[in-house]
Amino acid sequence: MEALFAIMIGTLTAGGVYLLLRARTFPVIVGLTLVSYAVNLFLFSMGRLQTGVPAVIGQGESYADPLPQALVLTAIVIGFAMTAFALALALRSLGEEGTDHVDGKDAEEGT
Amino acid sequence: MTLALIALLPLLGVLLTLPACRHGRKAGTAGAMAAPLAALALLAPYGIDVLMNGATFIQSRPWLPALGIDPSFRIDGLGLVFALLILGIGILIIFYSYYYLSQKDSLGRFLSFLLLFMTSMLGVALAENLLALFFFWELTSLSSFLLIGYWTDDGEARRGARMALTVTGGGGLALLAGILLLGRITGSYELTTILASGESIRGHHLYPLVLTLILTGAFTKSAQFPFHFWLPRAMAAPTPVSAYLHSATMVKAGVFLLARLYPALSGGELWFYLVGTTGLATLVMGAYAALFRHDLKGLLAYSTLSHLGLITLLFGLNSPLAVVAALFHIINHATFKASLFMAAGIIDHETGTRDMRRINGLWGFMPHTATLAMTAAAAMAGAPLLNGFLSKEMFFAETLEQRLLGPGSWVIPVAATVAGAFAVAYSIRFIHDVFFNGEPVNLPIYPPHEPPRYMKLPVEILATVCILVGLLPNLTVALPLAAAAAATLGAAPPPYSLALWHGFNPPLLMSFLAMAGGVLIYARRRPLYAWYEGKRTIDAGSLYEGALRLLIRGARGFTSLLDNGSLSRSLFWLLVVALTGVGAWLLRLPSLSGAIPVNPVDIPTLIGAVILMAATAATVRWHRRRLVSLIMLSVVGLMVALAFARFSAPDLALTQLAVEMVTIILFVLALFFLPRTTPAESSLPRRIRDTALAVLAGVLIGAPAYAILTRPYEGISGFYLENSVAGGGGANVVNVILVDFRGFDTLGEITVLAIAAVAIYALITGLRLPVPQTDALKRPWAEDAYPLLLRNLSRIILPLAMLVSVFIFFRGHNLPGGGFIAGLITAAALILQYMAAGEAWTFKRWRLNHHLLTGAGVTIAGLTGLASWFFGHPFLTSAFGHFHLPLLGEIEAASAMLFDLGVFGTVVGATLLVLATLGRLSTGRAAPKEQ
Amino acid sequence: MNHLPVLPVLLPMFAGAWLAMTTGGGRGSHRLLSLMATLLQIPLAAALIYRAGGGISVYALGNWPPPFGIVLVVDRLAALMLLTTAVLAVAALLYALRGDDEEGKSFHTLFQFQLMGINGAFLTGDLFNLFVCFEILLIASYGLLLHGSDRLRTRAGLSYVVLNITGSALFLIALGIFYGGVGTINMADLAVRIAGVPPPDAPLFGAAGALLWTAFGLKAAAFPLHFWLPRAYAAAAAPAAALFAVMTKVGIYAILRVDTLIFNRGAGVLAMFAHDWLWAAALITITLGAVGALAARNIGALVAYLVLSSVGVLLAAVVLGSREALVAGLYYLIHSTWISGALFLLAGVIARARGPAVAGLLIPGPPLGRPWFLSGLFFAGAVAVAGMPPFSGFLGKALLLAAAGDGPPALGLYTAVLGGGLLILIALSRAGSTLFWRQTETAAPGGTPDPVRLGAAVLLLAAAPILVIGAGPILAYLDGAAGQLLSPAVYIAEVLPHLTAPSGGSP
Repeated sequence: MEALFAIMIGTLTAGGVYLLLRARTFPVIVGLTLVSYAVNLFLFSMGRLQTGVPAVIGQGESYADPLPQALVLTAIVIGFAMTAFALALALRSLGEEGTDHVDGKDAEEGT
Repeated sequence: MTLALIALLPLLGVLLTLPACRHGRKAGTAGAMAAPLAALALLAPYGIDVLMNGATFIQSRPWLPALGIDPSFRIDGLGLVFALLILGIGILIIFYSYYYLSQKDSLGRFLSFLLLFMTSMLGVALAENLLALFFFWELTSLSSFLLIGYWTDDGEARRGARMALTVTGGGGLALLAGILLLGRITGSYELTTILASGESIRGHHLYPLVLTLILTGAFTKSAQFPFHFWLPRAMAAPTPVSAYLHSATMVKAGVFLLARLYPALSGGELWFYLVGTTGLATLVMGAYAALFRHDLKGLLAYSTLSHLGLITLLFGLNSPLAVVAALFHIINHATFKASLFMAAGIIDHETGTRDMRRINGLWGFMPHTATLAMTAAAAMAGAPLLNGFLSKEMFFAETLEQRLLGPGSWVIPVAATVAGAFAVAYSIRFIHDVFFNGEPVNLPIYPPHEPPRYMKLPVEILATVCILVGLLPNLTVALPLAAAAAATLGAAPPPYSLALWHGFNPPLLMSFLAMAGGVLIYARRRPLYAWYEGKRTIDAGSLYEGALRLLIRGARGFTSLLDNGSLSRSLFWLLVVALTGVGAWLLRLPSLSGAIPVNPVDIPTLIGAVILMAATAATVRWHRRRLVSLIMLSVVGLMVALAFARFSAPDLALTQLAVEMVTIILFVLALFFLPRTTPAESSLPRRIRDTALAVLAGVLIGAPAYAILTRPYEGISGFYLENSVAGGGGANVVNVILVDFRGFDTLGEITVLAIAAVAIYALITGLRLPVPQTDALKRPWAEDAYPLLLRNLSRIILPLAMLVSVFIFFRGHNLPGGGFIAGLITAAALILQYMAAGEAWTFKRWRLNHHLLTGAGVTIAGLTGLASWFFGHPFLTSAFGHFHLPLLGEIEAASAMLFDLGVFGTVVGATLLVLATLGRLSTGRAAPKEQ
Repeated sequence: MNHLPVLPVLLPMFAGAWLAMTTGGGRGSHRLLSLMATLLQIPLAAALIYRAGGGISVYALGNWPPPFGIVLVVDRLAALMLLTTAVLAVAALLYALRGDDEEGKSFHTLFQFQLMGINGAFLTGDLFNLFVCFEILLIASYGLLLHGSDRLRTRAGLSYVVLNITGSALFLIALGIFYGGVGTINMADLAVRIAGVPPPDAPLFGAAGALLWTAFGLKAAAFPLHFWLPRAYAAAAAPAAALFAVMTKVGIYAILRVDTLIFNRGAGVLAMFAHDWLWAAALITITLGAVGALAARNIGALVAYLVLSSVGVLLAAVVLGSREALVAGLYYLIHSTWISGALFLLAGVIARARGPAVAGLLIPGPPLGRPWFLSGLFFAGAVAVAGMPPFSGFLGKALLLAAAGDGPPALGLYTAVLGGGLLILIALSRAGSTLFWRQTETAAPGGTPDPVRLGAAVLLLAAAPILVIGAGPILAYLDGAAGQLLSPAVYIAEVLPHLTAPSGGSP
């Protein structure tokens, strides 16, 4: 289970990183989203993986570690805010540069 | 701190000068002269004591004792002589400037710079603490920059000023390093200590480094070869500046440093080779080059170089008598060179040119000036009866005394004689070309006549000094010279006589040879000039400027190469750094898997994981077809939510779902404008590189996850589980952590959301984008903006959604849910509404000021936290209780709920603000298309 | 119950929230509120400095004991950073009030939230909360950087945003490893627990540390993570750029804090964590900054590269880590924050006075109004930033070099700092003589600089002499700050009274 989870995290990271290194805004932002998924899962798993023991008092005798969950929840919200801003910025960049290239230059100019 | 006051007086004089200048140039000049005169008066008592009893005064007050940086000053023979030169000649220069500067030049500014410079020079001369000395040392560089560049609209002046600053300032940096290391060796920056520890310094392994650094400072300042080039360029300065900087002050600071640190650094081979040879080279080079300058000031500039070389050489000879000679020549050079520069200034002033090929026969026009100039020039040549002669004799004698080059020692006297001959030659030229040699050649101002009476006064005074010292050395210069020598050597100097006549001896012979040689050279000058014009000469100054241009071009190339503003490159480095670090450490991990046994994989989880990874792969694989990629991305998000649910995190699952929903809406909105496809533009090697990096990243982030999952840990969460109900009044520990235990994080989190909304609003408003007319598949957009079905559906959904939100909000404290999720659901419902029925319709019914709601949310949460202050508790301390309400029965209310309400408000407000802002862009369809 | 420690965070938060609520409201009232809130930061910070003189004070938010709740910790360093920020902010805001705040929307809202994030980052004693504060100051800085539309701003902003989001991801992973490993995120508690980690597991935390250094190094703009800085700072509006002068210092602060508290000499395998790498990075950053300054084609870029160079100097001080070095570093930190802030404002004034045609380009422009005053200010600023007497830069540089000793590292530092200093001297003298001495005769005279904008610059420039004159008491305070940093045991004991401090740490 742990190995599988780690592989999941690894896959998400790899996919995210690859897209991050693309030259256009859209894939880059998709990449950021994938990376944030990976990071959230990572942080979450730091409370170890347990099934069926939500941290709600009175619903069983053992509970999952609630702290990482709380941290991840915060991280998700912040990630959401950041993604939203990045998207808006991508639009502004498109509007001002006339292209969605991350360096504001067109394909023929090349990276 | 009288000594400090003496040093600072000229600077204070600025406060007098600037206002005085408003009452005319005379008043200004008088005001400027007042300060140095006052300084002289203050100096007098110390001076007498120093001269009569060879006393040394040290005044210091602790400032940063811990760091050994204290503003301490000292006055001894050496400092006194320099202070007298600086002040005395300074006063004459100020007086002279009054006549020299034209009406259009701002006298006030000029004099202020001059006084600032005077203060820095006095500081150098009187400093006891080496860091204090350096402090003033650099000030001389800065103020000379201002003085040389005084005529700012003259390109030569600007370049000259920059060159002087760069060379001397750069040397200053070396000096600083040297001083700091010297401080480490001796444990103090105080001269008293340093001068006393010459042995330990020369014995220290850092001595060669320290010596080189300090000499770099001194040589750049004293324009010693190969740093000499800035001095001739500095001639673009107004002549009073040249007269001051290049006779008594700026360039003398370097040789002053040699004298000041003589006991600490001198003695030994290295000193001789560095100092002696540099001096010798400069002496010969300067004398030779001076002969071929047609510009009056150019000639004087190069002769200054050669005389400074002479002084440096004398210091390099490692003999006490040589030091005496050096100090003597410092004094003499200051007097005759200052007067020569001022005379040159007068000539320039009266003829409008400085070209000696045009200025001829001025004797007929200004005999008075001519007499003065010729006296000084004769002194420069070292002619008998004048001060120059005496120090020149001593110099020749010393060159004969030394045996430093073993069998080759004869080189030095020979070189000295040759340089002497050239000195005689250029001095004769100065006299003959300018004042005789036929008639003037088309002068800009003709006929030239004597300058204003008192413009000559300073020259007269200095010329008189030259003669008096030359005739009666023992009545004039003997006392200060002895004091200076004693102070420099740190011991009584060996006996010497300043007599005019020592009988027929080798030095006299050398003088004679030099005279004869000089006359001969001048006689053969025409073929010499012809030869000189013929051969191509390299000007170190131009070399330097070329090098500088090259340096700057190099810097530009390098910088644009390195910092090309490419995001991919920056990201690449960011990842490389991070991954290298992680990898390096993980390799040192004995075993990846830890103590606790791994749980078996169950089928549902496996399926979920496979789907997640497949979707990820698909997102990447089809990232160029953006819509497909986006759909795949949403699948990934869904699976992440399921993963949370699977591993006992219902709150996270709900949050993830809600966020996912809104994020996808945002992506769709953005994709409405962005190109639907990504062009294939990265090369294969580039894609390979990125793939490699991506895989590496995957491994290096996955590995630690596994490593930790298989290791035991002792977390702090027990506390939360125990105190959630008792202390936080909620059973849903995650929610209690969010709104109570770590409420401050949540406060920050919603602030981030609020800022994002505000920033996006600021970012997008006013932006106009070309609106595509077709969708991804090139189909035109539907005419009907708001499909009927969706419209009706959404109107049913809305109230339901609201109900759900309220429910989720209230159960949040005890069961999965809470303000955040509720907020997102509400927002989503409103957005659906808004997409279905349009902005107008929605906001008619839901009068929401997004900004107000967003800010209010944060405010409510914040105020909830503040409330606890009234109970004397820290910010965000929670309170809860159970209340019995009719109908509803027993309900529990926690202040945390109010806080959660703030969260709810922010989330709704911010989300709506973002979506509405982006959405308004797309209604640009209706708006006139710009761009 | 004294709530002083939390005020520097709450004040700008409420101000920002109020400004957000009243978006579109009266310009005057917004400006007034923003100015008041920012001015108040100075007495607040001063009070905290005074209090920090008496020792470390801890503020437990929500009244939950650390390490379970979040704590704010006020030591001499934190208080110092707050004051540095407050003064800088006042000057930047004064400048902005003269019109820059109107070039885009919600300037004041973002400005206040920016302050909230920065102050929070300096005060918090909790690593995750530090992350949250970073996000606050980052998202606000995105907004400020992009304030007022400008192609270059958008382009630079995109890199800045994407890079920092990635950096935050690294930060979170590091946090995860820390929690997963030792089960806490309170910095003091982390220090205790990591010191007790069994050696075989230590490398895991090394990995976390590497990620942390990367995230912080990105904020500090240390080589090779500095690429975003020159363009971003050069493109930003003058007041934003000026405020950003403290942003790199936040990164330096974070490194300093974690290095002295968690990876200190008591941390076994992880002691002096990655210092050799940081040292190399520091020296290269110093040099790159100087070279960039020499290469700069406009004054904004010139100042941006000067900031970069100063980052290297600060990093070097942190790595040297001795008490003297830290004192020198902190002194240099105050100096470089205020002076580079002043130069950014001055650059703005000059660019405006020269008119849109030439603006900040280092080419001859029209003659300026008040030329001698303006060039005098630039000269003073240049002297200070070049580290020449009589101003603060000289003292800071001399102190640091003196603290470097005479071993091989000292040699490297001497070369970098003094060699770099020479390049900077060349760059500044060229820039100055071009801007003020070479004028195009033909061009129409440029405008007269706005007195308030100039005043804002002067306010910061005044630091150059004041830091020297007041060096005695200032250095005494800094010595105390360095002392606290070098005795983490005390910090830990203050935050976690029920625990005994870890073995090592105290000098």
